[in-house]
Amino acid sequence: MSRWVMLLAFAVAAGFLIFGAVAVRPFGDPPRAEMDGYFNRFSQPEVAANNAVTAIVFDYRGYDTLGEATVLFTAVTGVALILRRWRA
Amino acid sequence: MTVVVRTIARLLFPVALAFGGYVIMHGHLTPGGGFQGGAVAASALAMVLVAFGPSRLKDKKGLLSALESLGGTAFVVLGFLGLGVTFFANVLAGSHGLFGRPVPYGPNPGDLNTAGTLPLMNWAVGFKVLAGLGAVVLLFALFGGEDDR
Amino acid sequence: MIGNLPFVACMVLIALGFWTLLFKRNLVKLVIGVGLIESGVNLFLVALGYVRGGVPPIYTYAPAGAPMVLPTPQALTLTSIVIGLATTALMLAFAVVIYRHKGTLDARKIRELRG
Repeated sequence: MSRWVMLLAFAVAAGFLIFGAVAVRPFGDPPRAEMDGYFNRFSQPEVAANNAVTAIVFDYRGYDTLGEATVLFTAVTGVALILRRWRA
Repeated sequence: MTVVVRTIARLLFPVALAFGGYVIMHGHLTPGGGFQGGAVAASALAMVLVAFGPSRLKDKKGLLSALESLGGTAFVVLGFLGLGVTFFANVLAGSHGLFGRPVPYGPNPGDLNTAGTLPLMNWAVGFKVLAGLGAVVLLFALFGGEDDR
Repeated sequence: MIGNLPFVACMVLIALGFWTLLFKRNLVKLVIGVGLIESGVNLFLVALGYVRGGVPPIYTYAPAGAPMVLPTPQALTLTSIVIGLATTALMLAFAVVIYRHKGTLDARKIRELRG
């Protein structure tokens, strides 16, 4: 019984996902690209980096990378804490 | 593991580390960067772990911890370097100093001596990711017991 | 002309992750399902930033005059990949500890809360 409920839920969710993917917007045609156009145009004069993705990761959105490094550090600390306590 | 796996791992360990260093060093010119290069270098650590067992790397936990702390501290210090403008401002770019050669707009062959603080941040994050992933894999390997297969 | 087929492929990947989460009982397989959903979302983010006929947003030896794909989704996907890796490591650590405690990885048998 519960298996049929789960199958129905899965069918509804998958149908919603597929329908959304078909209906979202045409592939390869972003409607608003001003910010990314700015990054592509000015990553060389402002940051002096050829790679616009690296310029965004470490310069324009440096706070994001700082939080990401914090998340990685927290995960390593958590794994060390979990796996050290019950050492056989 | 067998002697074949050990020999291949011994041969490929410096190659994998050097490729990780290459990916980190050219992060501002080619696809890649600190995270990707650090993951590649950590895969070298994982290969040693598979080939030789966790007892080979057991005394390297202090080194990995020191590398992780060094990378995180260097990243934050490089962020504070731009505090005259804002946090994370790229003060070295275009300053004709260290990594300070200006770049004109348009496709070019690439020059390692550009991009200001970005290569230094790439190295900091690369060491941090290498130490973090290596520590995670080493902890998982050390948890299961001391069988040296 | 491929239409919206890349988006549909990402959604199929996400749906496979949902299938794994709903119908599998092994904890390691559940972790794999979460990883499938992460991969689908990352692929979807990168595919949203594609411009028709675009080249990667890297100026080293780039073809002159070609349009470049949007760099911001790629940068944020990089963040998302590292965070997914951190959560996967934590989930696997919990799975290892649960196996050490309970002697099983079946999600149905470890539902009770007694230690």
